[in-house]
Amino acid sequence: MAVTRGFTGRDRRGGDDRLPPGQYDTGAGWPTLTAELTPQVDVDTWTMTVDGLVDTPTTWDWRGVHALPGSTYFGDIHCVTTWTKFDTTFTGVSVDTLLEVTGVRPEATHVFATATTGYTTNLPLADITGGKAWLVWEFDGKPLTPEHGGPVRLLVPHLYFWKSAKWITRIELRDHDEQGFWERNGYHDRGDPWLEQRYQGDA
Amino acid sequence: MTASADEVLPEPVASSWTTATVREVEHVGSSFVKLRLEVVDRHDHVPGQHYVVRLRAPDDYTAQRSYSIASDPADPLVEIMVERMPRGEVSGFLHEVVEVGDELEVRGPIGRWFVWGGTTPSLCVAGGSGVVPFVSMMRHARRTGTEPLLRVVASAQTRDRLPYADELEEYGAFIALTRENQPQADGPERVAAHIYPDELVPLADGIERAYVCGSVGFVSFVGRILGEAGVRSDAVRVEQFGPTG
Repeated sequence: MAVTRGFTGRDRRGGDDRLPPGQYDTGAGWPTLTAELTPQVDVDTWTMTVDGLVDTPTTWDWRGVHALPGSTYFGDIHCVTTWTKFDTTFTGVSVDTLLEVTGVRPEATHVFATATTGYTTNLPLADITGGKAWLVWEFDGKPLTPEHGGPVRLLVPHLYFWKSAKWITRIELRDHDEQGFWERNGYHDRGDPWLEQRYQGDA
Repeated sequence: MTASADEVLPEPVASSWTTATVREVEHVGSSFVKLRLEVVDRHDHVPGQHYVVRLRAPDDYTAQRSYSIASDPADPLVEIMVERMPRGEVSGFLHEVVEVGDELEVRGPIGRWFVWGGTTPSLCVAGGSGVVPFVSMMRHARRTGTEPLLRVVASAQTRDRLPYADELEEYGAFIALTRENQPQADGPERVAAHIYPDELVPLADGIERAYVCGSVGFVSFVGRILGEAGVRSDAVRVEQFGPTG
């Protein structure tokens, strides 16, 4: 499309190839985008369930997930509202570890993640396996705060951040794709920031 | 997180980018600029939806931001109200450079959650520039004669930081300024303060939904007092902005 008259944009010398198209570096900030009030999730009653097309549906409590081998993500996160945050550190457990416990039935192709608030999001199974997704409860060495999804959220950092469901409580494996909350409300089913898959209808 | 059955959600627009011509530019107070846009191949919006505005540099670098729509769907132009952000790449450009006749890339309307279809008794609570989507709802309510279904509360530090203050007042919105005393027609002035629970409780009576739009801190504060006023958290729809540090 046409150039906007008079627009040059921010200084791009030494342009950063870690920034996906249409994103900006939010620096030390960490904006939030939430459709609901932030819930107070009690770790004494919180549970995490992986079920659906698995061999052994399993529910962990707070102590149970912490007893699993831990895992840390160090890298960038990208929000569809156009901020990118570089060099974040999240600690929790790899989704692969959960799926090793439950097993995965061969017909499973997608997952449907649900938060304690009722928020949902859909993902291809391939996007949360192979070291690409985590359940996390620490950010930069400190407990994850409620407004950022604490005590525990899903982390799928290679996709736009609405896929990283806050206050996660369940992942169901399915043999079909079904749209979650933002996806039904016009956002993309997959959400790859490098392909700028922001809204339904984007390639 | 489900929509009530009586309400027709806007179709998700698989919208492509289109061109908008700036028809009016008006600086409002010290921190806002109102832009009124003529959008090519425009789709009707539902109050509460937003547009994305994208700026393109000669080397094809782009920057885009979302702006809530302030206009009524029946308005021939789409109105947005842009708050100047510190070092804002897009808001700074829209404040300083844009003139009538300029063309901008836009995409929208977007959003199917933070929308009011005109049938659900609702309370809107805005902090500062968070009032913009509620202005669209208010204008829609006035045109369709559904004002009794839509109550509006707006809070800001000062009147200068509250866009559409006159229009809000005329609608009968409750305004709470946190750093300025407000003269009242029918009694002593309201001393500068955040919204008190006592001020919100009567307005929350009988509503089926609450919309809250503002900064992260504001939304969290209003969420608490709505809870005290007996509003269920699953009846509250939120749109928030700004860093949490």
